Amino acid sequence: MSKPEELKYTKTHEYVHPGAEAIVGISDHAQHEMGDVVFVELPKVGQKLEKEKPCAVVESVKSAFDIYSPVSGEVTAVNDAVTGEPALLNQSPLEKGWLFKLKPSNPAEADALMDWAAYQDFVKQAAH
Amino acid sequence: MICSVTDNALSIEKSDPGRRGLRAKNPLRAKANIPAGLRRKAAPRLPELSEFDVLRHYTRLSRLNFSVDTHFYPLGSCTMKYNPRFNEEAAALEGFAALHPLAHDSCAQGTLELLHDLAARLTELCGLDAITLQPAAGAHSEFTGLLLAKAYFEDKGETRTEIVVPDSAHGTNPATASMMGFTTVNIASKPDGRLDVAELKKHIGPKTAVLMLTVPNTLGIFESNIEEICRAVHEAGALVYMDGANLNALIGIVKPGELGIDMMHLNFHKTFSTPHGGGGPGAGAIVCRSHLAPFLPVPTVKKEGGKYVSDFGGGKSIGKVKAFFGNTGVLVRAYAYMLAHSAKEFGEIAVCSIINANYIRALLKDMYPSYSSEHCMHECVLTPGKDMLDKGLKTLDVAKGLIDRGFHAPTIYFPLIVHEAIMIEPTETESKETLDEFAAAMKDVHDTGVADPQSLKDAPVTLPVKRLDEVQAARQPNLRW
Amino acid sequence: MYIPHTEKDKQEMLKAIGVPAFEDLVKQVPQKFLWPKFNLPSESLDESQAAALLSGLAGKNCRPLNFVGAGAYERYTPAAVKAVTSRTEFLTAYTPYQPEASQGTLQAIYEFQSTVCALYGMDCANASMYDGASSFAEAVRAAVRVTGRKKIIYSSGVNPQYMDTLKTYFAHSPEYSYVKVPMKDGVMDKAALQGLLEGAACLAVQTPNFLGLIEDMSGVSDLVKKAGALLVAAADPVSLGILATPGEYGADFAVGEGQSLGLPLAYGGPYLGLFSCKKEHVRQMPGRICGMTKDKDGKRGFVLTLQAREQHIRRDKAASNICSNEALCALSATVYSALYGPEGLKELAEANAGAAAFAAERLSSLKGCSLKFKGPFFNEFVLSVPGSAAKMREKGLARGVDIGLPLAPLYPELGETLLVCATETKTEADILKLADAVKEAL
Repeated sequence: MSKPEELKYTKTHEYVHPGAEAIVGISDHAQHEMGDVVFVELPKVGQKLEKEKPCAVVESVKSAFDIYSPVSGEVTAVNDAVTGEPALLNQSPLEKGWLFKLKPSNPAEADALMDWAAYQDFVKQAAH
Repeated sequence: MICSVTDNALSIEKSDPGRRGLRAKNPLRAKANIPAGLRRKAAPRLPELSEFDVLRHYTRLSRLNFSVDTHFYPLGSCTMKYNPRFNEEAAALEGFAALHPLAHDSCAQGTLELLHDLAARLTELCGLDAITLQPAAGAHSEFTGLLLAKAYFEDKGETRTEIVVPDSAHGTNPATASMMGFTTVNIASKPDGRLDVAELKKHIGPKTAVLMLTVPNTLGIFESNIEEICRAVHEAGALVYMDGANLNALIGIVKPGELGIDMMHLNFHKTFSTPHGGGGPGAGAIVCRSHLAPFLPVPTVKKEGGKYVSDFGGGKSIGKVKAFFGNTGVLVRAYAYMLAHSAKEFGEIAVCSIINANYIRALLKDMYPSYSSEHCMHECVLTPGKDMLDKGLKTLDVAKGLIDRGFHAPTIYFPLIVHEAIMIEPTETESKETLDEFAAAMKDVHDTGVADPQSLKDAPVTLPVKRLDEVQAARQPNLRW
Repeated sequence: MYIPHTEKDKQEMLKAIGVPAFEDLVKQVPQKFLWPKFNLPSESLDESQAAALLSGLAGKNCRPLNFVGAGAYERYTPAAVKAVTSRTEFLTAYTPYQPEASQGTLQAIYEFQSTVCALYGMDCANASMYDGASSFAEAVRAAVRVTGRKKIIYSSGVNPQYMDTLKTYFAHSPEYSYVKVPMKDGVMDKAALQGLLEGAACLAVQTPNFLGLIEDMSGVSDLVKKAGALLVAAADPVSLGILATPGEYGADFAVGEGQSLGLPLAYGGPYLGLFSCKKEHVRQMPGRICGMTKDKDGKRGFVLTLQAREQHIRRDKAASNICSNEALCALSATVYSALYGPEGLKELAEANAGAAAFAAERLSSLKGCSLKFKGPFFNEFVLSVPGSAAKMREKGLARGVDIGLPLAPLYPELGETLLVCATETKTEADILKLADAVKEAL
């Protein structure tokens, strides 16, 4: 569904595929750092999210990670597949493992995020 | 641990329909008048076994366990000291064990006297004024302590909504705060592991209810600025709660009350030697200054005219955090332990636990560098050396490697502020020889790991099971037969 | 005193550490705080002295023939139970955070969870909580979390200590409201229920209730569900040897006091909180949970699971702050249940109900005494007495019999009454002694 180059990234490793119905998920780097995902708690359809505020939770065996919404907007769909099969988030974070979709309230917010090249640099820097 | 024949079958898998164990005879002539509509339709799905089957099954299970009596458990902040067998005999005395919790005070004079004396000795050891013995555990005590704080402020007409904790705090601290509807404010520690007092002062004010502080902290380091910390908190009108999980480092050599705290909790299953039982039961207490005493849970025990009475307080109590008095059976064990120690002997506990922790730290310093450059108190936090980390080894691998060498692993990955943390608390009941053996095992883990990292990653290999699939257990929970 | 160190040991260790004296290890502690004076005995007792002192204290507790229940029940603890729980590998084991070294404890917890599910007819159970009261409080908290509502409807038959604990768990906050369902003939007035459930988080009931009576739960869960609320049920586990289970009557959460499964009375603890729920609420269960899994060779094993819900990971976002469970007590209850088995537990329940029925029959025939309520009861019943129940209790104690709990402080509307409990430990002779004591106290 999404190629890495098409996405915009946050410093907390979420991505958004911009559009009238934006798609949100976590980057491949994030799923790798988290380890095996065992549970995902998604927001509810209709819920209003605020940029950079926690909106979902991903659990591994030993940790729980807050997912921060990359942009503000209203949730239009959630990916029930990952609730039933959390492993999807590890196997296919950009495609089958998307988390939720939303109608952005401010399309400019996505522009301020990192593109693929900037994100790759960011990850490399953080590793030091 | 003797690894005998293990079949790992569940009790229900050994079940044989119609097989009987214990019987309950009913010689009384009367039958209960319970109509069919109120009765269960299906029998419970429980094993049908003979008494012998049951006994053998659980005896075999017991032999799959490590335990303090068979293995050294250097778990940090858990204080895995010897559980004196005498304590068990004390608690089993019929007079104590058979006493109904709603017994008339006149029938409970022995237990009430014990609890009264225990309370007095503990308040003296802690250097504080009042105590409740009602909480069932440490976390339960924290909960009680925050309830006390809330009641105290409400009584003063103040609304305070924030609890301040250092980022090195045990998870129960913020969890308890959250349970009570407080928000948690985290204060970053300084590089030396201590609470940053300047940071603290920036984050406390009229909204602060309590600072929750473990002393010594979870790195085994004493908060040397404790007076300044308490002063700052009191100036903001807030209270200082000391998490007493690490009391083993202070008992008999420091009176925590003199440090300026308002209240603290006790874990009887830590400093006071009551057994862990595989995860419980424990018991807790809150010891506090007199300004918090009116709010303590009820009942407490008072002495009136030569008799002991259950005191239900003057009406300001926060109520009950559990039914009845408390985990009295555990408290009897703690009392037996109190009888076995004079104040000087309590001091010896702190002295020897501090010596033991520093000894381990010294023996391991080249292979497992210490997070802090200072001497530790009763526990130390180490990390695997660079040579191990460079081979891709993690603290988890060290832990599993130790288990294969006959030692329970130390606490791992806590405190969270230390990367690849290994927290070791030897306790005072371990001899120098045991510590030398432990250090030798840690060296072996290091040497093996550096030479052949995969062998550690495969550990443990000598136990009834190898590394377990915790991912599967969480993704597809199988929680019952 | 249990410390092995000799002076020589200490000196060698200090040398290895690289300091001349112990004082050099505690330089972080301001000098003024070190070595205070304690007003405590200067000599400790040796073991035989301590044994004598403790025997003396235990002897000061009188041992009347006990007919008090009210949330803690005198049961016989089988020898085989004690043989298992006193095994040091269970007694001195720690929490099973290193599962490979703790398969004994973990499998026992799995079997405990299964036992609770079997007794209560529910889908899942946790590894236990502190006691019945705190279990109850956590179940109501879960219902509040799930529904987002803050109105709690409760039956008058719920143990008053459970309600006290619940209110304390909510810090007596005015955000929460508690509405009692009126009592009718000692049980919950079902006709009054409908109107009360609107906007409620849950209906909390207890059966057998605090007064010993068995509630008829038919139709209740439908009403609760229709109102969008959850059903929280507290039940004595031994009663479930014969009585309808919370699972059968549609409870969302079922809790209970496991002390009833053969744990000593011990003046209030340690007891055993039983907590179970429907499958859909599994993530709402506080505390530790054990699950079955496989190791890398495909062999069956057990681990603590769903840990990311708990305090040590979620910290301020955990459902509860609870860290420990009552593992050894849970083991005791599991062995007790396995020893009796389904048939034995049925017999045990019948024996308890029969003892209570016999006692009720004897006492209600005494002049001036009568059964307050006519409905079916399990282990205890309410006896109306002609004089002060508290004074009668004292008179009974003087004759070595604790005839029951005076109820006026908790249920003033019932007048002078005693809650009398007769368990399977009471013989016919015991109950006749009870009747004599009550008669003499009239």
